Amino acid sequence: MMLLVIYERKVFYVLKTDVLIIGAGAVGCAIARELSKYEIDVMVVDKNEDVGGDASKSNSAIIHTGYDATPGTLESQLVVAANPMYEQIVRDLDVPFSKIGAILPAITEEQYAKLPEIKEKAFRNHVYDVEFKTGEELLAMEPNLNPQVKGGLYIPRESIIDPFILVQAYAENANMNGVEFLLNTKVTGIQTENGRIKSVETTSGDIETRYVINCAGLYCDEIADMVGKADYKVVARKGQFFILDKNTSCKVQHIVLPIPTKVTKGKLMCPTIHGNMLVGPTAEDQDSKTDKSTSAEGLDSITADVKNLVPNVNIRDTITQYSGLRPNRNPEGLHFDMYEDLEGYINLSGVRSTGLTLSASMGKYVVQQMMYHGLDLKLKTNYIAKRKGIVKFHECSLEQQEALIRENPLYGNIICRCETITEAEILDAIHRPLGARSVDAIKRRVRAGMGRCQGGFCGPKVIEILARELNCDPSQINKNITGSQMAVGTTR
Amino acid sequence: MKKEIICTVCPRGCHIDVIGEGETVTSVEGYGCKRGLEYASQEFTHPVRILTTTVKIAGIPGDLLTVRSAAPLPKEKLFDCMEVIRKVEVSAPVKRYDVIVENICETGIDMVATKSIL
Amino acid sequence: MYDIKCDVAIIGGGPAGLAAAIAAKEEGAKDVLILERDNALGGILQQCIHPGFGLTRFHAELTGPEYYGRFVDQADELGVSYLLNSMVLQINHETNEILCTNSEHGMTRVHAGSMVLAMGCRERTRANIMIPGSRPAGLYTAGAAQRLVNRQNIMVGKKVVILGSGDIGMIMARRMSLEGAQVVMVVELMPYLAGLTRNRVQCLDDFQIPLKLAHTITRIEGTERVTGVWVAPVDENKQPIKAQEEFVPCDTVLFSVGLIPENELTRSAGIAIDPITNGPAVNQYMQTSAPSVFACGNVVHVNDLVDNVSEESAKAGKYAARYAMNQFPETFQTVSCVTGRNVRYLCPQTIQVTKETEQISLYFRVLWPEQNVRLIARCGDEIIAKKNEFRVNPGEMNHLIVNSTKLTGETVTIEVIKED
Repeated sequence: MMLLVIYERKVFYVLKTDVLIIGAGAVGCAIARELSKYEIDVMVVDKNEDVGGDASKSNSAIIHTGYDATPGTLESQLVVAANPMYEQIVRDLDVPFSKIGAILPAITEEQYAKLPEIKEKAFRNHVYDVEFKTGEELLAMEPNLNPQVKGGLYIPRESIIDPFILVQAYAENANMNGVEFLLNTKVTGIQTENGRIKSVETTSGDIETRYVINCAGLYCDEIADMVGKADYKVVARKGQFFILDKNTSCKVQHIVLPIPTKVTKGKLMCPTIHGNMLVGPTAEDQDSKTDKSTSAEGLDSITADVKNLVPNVNIRDTITQYSGLRPNRNPEGLHFDMYEDLEGYINLSGVRSTGLTLSASMGKYVVQQMMYHGLDLKLKTNYIAKRKGIVKFHECSLEQQEALIRENPLYGNIICRCETITEAEILDAIHRPLGARSVDAIKRRVRAGMGRCQGGFCGPKVIEILARELNCDPSQINKNITGSQMAVGTTR
Repeated sequence: MKKEIICTVCPRGCHIDVIGEGETVTSVEGYGCKRGLEYASQEFTHPVRILTTTVKIAGIPGDLLTVRSAAPLPKEKLFDCMEVIRKVEVSAPVKRYDVIVENICETGIDMVATKSIL
Repeated sequence: MYDIKCDVAIIGGGPAGLAAAIAAKEEGAKDVLILERDNALGGILQQCIHPGFGLTRFHAELTGPEYYGRFVDQADELGVSYLLNSMVLQINHETNEILCTNSEHGMTRVHAGSMVLAMGCRERTRANIMIPGSRPAGLYTAGAAQRLVNRQNIMVGKKVVILGSGDIGMIMARRMSLEGAQVVMVVELMPYLAGLTRNRVQCLDDFQIPLKLAHTITRIEGTERVTGVWVAPVDENKQPIKAQEEFVPCDTVLFSVGLIPENELTRSAGIAIDPITNGPAVNQYMQTSAPSVFACGNVVHVNDLVDNVSEESAKAGKYAARYAMNQFPETFQTVSCVTGRNVRYLCPQTIQVTKETEQISLYFRVLWPEQNVRLIARCGDEIIAKKNEFRVNPGEMNHLIVNSTKLTGETVTIEVIKED
């Protein structure tokens, strides 16, 4: 909410809300959506130009079951509870999702000996549908598996999702229900008064608020430090990945997970929801929270490890490599904290690999906790529960395609050849709530530039369309964050 | 003065040594054919290049007219010519080979359109 | 559904498609239709504003727009029809139907007597060659940058490093220099130039741009926009020598690291692809494994001269027309073309022996550069064609012409022999 205040003959804009969420990643947006069901003002701020966060947009895109969590922890409870919630969420929010299941093949005798322990842990996490499979059974399920497989586990509810669309959908749906988003906005300080949250200082001005929910992921320790609650440090753990071409010769149909060792959970291979193959990640702790570079060593280690699981994987079919930073925490573990001496402040930390999955249950958990602690929430009567995604021309039937072009001729204009994305879809991405403002934001909404040519053909056209639709000069179009301009000017 | 010139007449790419001063060539060695000999002498005394670039079209900021020099230009004048072209603006319609800049930089050579705009 | 009938349908209105269309018309096909996804004909030549085209075909040094302009004029005179802004989604070689989108007509189905694939190629990317580092703005394939600069009036950067000494990379080095950018260096992994020597002279040497042979980019730096790259020499196994790595500041990196024929349509139609060229395997009529489907230009194999594309495409157009008119030559025997010493690939992959006596051009590329060599075509023990070359290198296509009457065996082998 924006208020106009006149003070000493000057007009000030004062931003005011009940709940301010810092961070528009999966967890922040899920909480915003949950809160948007109630009669309360909610605002989300994020330093980036788009919703989607950092860790939430570069991960393995898996909705976990929690079979391997540490039993009895908050993380275990939230992940285990979240998994079954996705059936409904993806229907309501129109998010690409598939329950393809995971397999854990044991290649060596040593690994085979570990299977009972893993299964037992799954039971203690209340994941009861984990099954033993023989080597033959696994090879029948997954013919490209290492033929030396001795046997393994099958975890049927491990699923894949489009992580970008999930977060956008949470955010759009929250926005439809009145949540305001302030993007390109960095939090610079938090004011408290008499043991209560008073306001938050940002690069877009001060925001008066009763509650602050710190969902800042990698930066949550820096936010906590602003209120003197940084009793932990975020340690960025880098994970590098490869994406392989949809046409790659050697594919898998399940999430193929390695048997974890004491040191690492290891590197997996799985399909993405759009039919590419994904391999990775590495796990490298680092000091920098911004260094998302890939390295020759990291990529080589992925290749070597994944070949143990799927010997014929063709890494040369890679169309892109990326890395994400998991906001690990020292001391470790997922933490949800509220403080008696600081009313209105909620701190989430240690939201790492399972963050995407547990966003669904975390939204409910946080709201419930706020109610326990005295927040009086009334359900809205006009809440809109469903959000419709961008129509995907290439997934439509011929009849639907004809109807789409008849209704809007721009559906007949293909911009991205590799993924068959039309101009109409790109315009929808720009003009819908919390629309795309950058080349990457377009890519994450409609997949233009996500294919094998990586924007070689559509990139120049996307810049042109963005500049036209936003009525600005092409040199003002960014790849993603401020400062990442695609061009330096015109030639003439 | 001695200068090594890589011949661009054919893919063979002979390395030709030319000795001379200013307008006069006193010795050419290492050429593979008569065309190479001519090229090396020309390149030594008056190196020339075809210049191709683009020109602004009035009212259409996102499109450009492609242009070329009708004949090769003195190599040392390329950047001067670019300076002139940068300031030129044309209006549609333009036909292929229409003169866009006459006698650019006093070279006696015109810049012409390489495509048509309706 | 908008339904159209034609004799020969051509997918792609670049230099290959235009040449095929003209030849099909000249051969007597009545309705020849080009399906083009862009809003104009000409294909990639629209952005190739530099000279160097047409030396063999027109005996003149033309720019890209002039070269395709001549073809478009001729196609117009002959009455070739075309649909612009039309993206083909599917081809069916059994029913000879093509499904495409079109903003004006909606979904469009073309019923053809035969079809010619002329979709061209795409560029290999930074990710394809796995250059590590960050992913900031300012990384472009050379072709994308060329489109932005030459067609869209968008200047991509001020301080440029180019990876790959292919012709597009070198031509962009000159183009960026003329537009006022500083091209810091061109980095080439191989110990020799990938493109033509004339481009090195006129695009690099003229502008004092250093060429770093046997070097590569080992890492890209920058969070928002590129801030620089690490460049290192490579050893004989093409592995970077880390100790000699140096940081090169720049705000733009252009990648000119190879082209890949664009055969998604071909693959999904079940047409046989040659794993080396990444294009459909063809016979000397440019006919693919599907008898009604022909292919030409960079969709078949990546050419270095557009003049070759035009020649090859004319053949595809001519025989596609004959196929549509039921005048296709009858085959007695199929001869396979086999790669011998220092031959990476051959095109065509097979030769159909018919009643007609033909002079058949076999195009091929070598694996490594060599000097003073003899190119040989061998059928059994008999040498049926030969040619001496002072120099061969992988960046320049070679060819031999064989006479169809000499093809007596089941195979013809092409090899490069070192002369003493």
